[in-house]
Amino acid sequence: MSNQPNHFAPLARLLHWLMALMIIAMLFIGAGMVASVSERHEWLIHLHKPLGVAILLLVIVRLFVRFSTQQPPLPADLPGWQALAAKASHVLLYALMLVLPLLGWAMISASGEPVMLSSSLQLPSIVPANAQVFAFLRKAHGYLAYLLFLTVLLHLAAALFHGWVRRDEVLDSMLRGKDRG
Amino acid sequence: MVDRTSPPGGPQRPPLSAASLVLRLGGIAVVVAAVAGAFAYVHGNLDPQRLTPKALVDVLEKNNGVHPGFRRNHAKGVCVIGHFESSGEARVYSAAQVFNEPRTPVVGRFALPAGNPYAPDSAVPIRSLALRFTQANGQQWRTGMNSMPVFPVGTPEAFYQLQQAQSPDPATGKPDPAKVPAFFAAHPETVPFLTWVKTAKPSASYATETYNSVNAFYLVDASGKKQAVRWSMAPLAQDAAGASAPEGADFLEKDLVQRLAAAPLRFQLNITLASADDPVNDASKAWPAGRKVLNAGTLVLEKTQPQLSGECRDINYDPLVLPAGIQGSDDPLLAARSAGYADSYLRRTSEVSQLPAAKQEAQQ
Repeated sequence: MSNQPNHFAPLARLLHWLMALMIIAMLFIGAGMVASVSERHEWLIHLHKPLGVAILLLVIVRLFVRFSTQQPPLPADLPGWQALAAKASHVLLYALMLVLPLLGWAMISASGEPVMLSSSLQLPSIVPANAQVFAFLRKAHGYLAYLLFLTVLLHLAAALFHGWVRRDEVLDSMLRGKDRG
Repeated sequence: MVDRTSPPGGPQRPPLSAASLVLRLGGIAVVVAAVAGAFAYVHGNLDPQRLTPKALVDVLEKNNGVHPGFRRNHAKGVCVIGHFESSGEARVYSAAQVFNEPRTPVVGRFALPAGNPYAPDSAVPIRSLALRFTQANGQQWRTGMNSMPVFPVGTPEAFYQLQQAQSPDPATGKPDPAKVPAFFAAHPETVPFLTWVKTAKPSASYATETYNSVNAFYLVDASGKKQAVRWSMAPLAQDAAGASAPEGADFLEKDLVQRLAAAPLRFQLNITLASADDPVNDASKAWPAGRKVLNAGTLVLEKTQPQLSGECRDINYDPLVLPAGIQGSDDPLLAARSAGYADSYLRRTSEVSQLPAAKQEAQQ
């Protein structure tokens, strides 16, 4: 008997759904704040920074959980290109979850502004102040955020494809802990 | 080995009918389109009328031309280096370290509120002073002050319309001279500014002007109690105030360099405490005279640096970069300044290599 599970570990599922909410909220907060000159701009930024650091901490926990628990395998009859796309998009999702908060932290550092998570909670700078480095990091933060949003959309579409069209166990493996009886 | 080709515990998958397949794929498309559409809405893509930071900076570029690497407004200026000596008087009202430590280093910038870095100094009758105080605990206080007592308008929307009124007409290439008077006529909140500007002359020196925060802020004490304030930097050595501008286009920087070669320049930080009824959210309205004013300390400016190589070049004087103990008010101009400056800052920091000084260095 193989010990490969049919479902993700409970902690992996908790982290997945918690971070799904946080990341989608974060993408919308980011998109809203750069398109606003109202007070919304200000309070969205004050949400964006601590939420980004929370995501950074959680993704580290999540990577640890990912490598220390068993994942359910993809269906054996999944076409090769879909299996490859699934693996590649998951690597991309993890990479962007890790890189985007670091880029945000680094770009504020490079701008010479103190990295404030609240009116008095300050993080250290991780990059020396440099205008050209700031411009590069700020643009990378923006473009990679669009890429993350597109990857999240693809992930959502693929999950629904598994659940509604293929009707295999992939969506279930993240939705519930037990097989449907 | 689990047989992964059949759903464990579930029925075998019967093939979907063509209609059902289309319906299900359509359902996926609807979900994805709804999320993407919500994102586009929040991002302003579906709402071209929304005032965005980009629109604010675009209209400045349209009116002033694009000068790569320079600030999109207050483009012509000079860096100053100095420090702030706290008097301790503001300590009761604010827990900020800048008011509690004897000395805080400052990097500042005097400038001309115009978008063209080559404008003659007499082009506008207003001067500005931006400061960055760096506290020992690493927190910063950034402020951008102007020599006018009130802002022409109270909202970012009105500011944008005022800029639009000064945009070149595509037909003539010049602004329509009727548009600005029409704007002022339609905006009675501009009267206090217009009354002041009638008597304002371009000063011969940066050193003789008083610079006002214009927007209101809150001082916050250790117990969290808030006091609405506006502040200003008033020159301590007053000479030749009111003298009219000399000949030439670039007298302000020369004057400042000369003065600082002789002695440091001192300004007093006056913090005006609002009374309960004073408008905190409207920078176009002055507060009545007779308010309590704190002498919070002395700004001592010691030397200048050219703006293209000095420390102030890469500082975004965002008025909402504040230390614990100072907070922004709900003045809508503050958030708009912060958002607009960020957009301008990204544009100019992307163009550092196109600055005249950088070009000269590259040729050497």
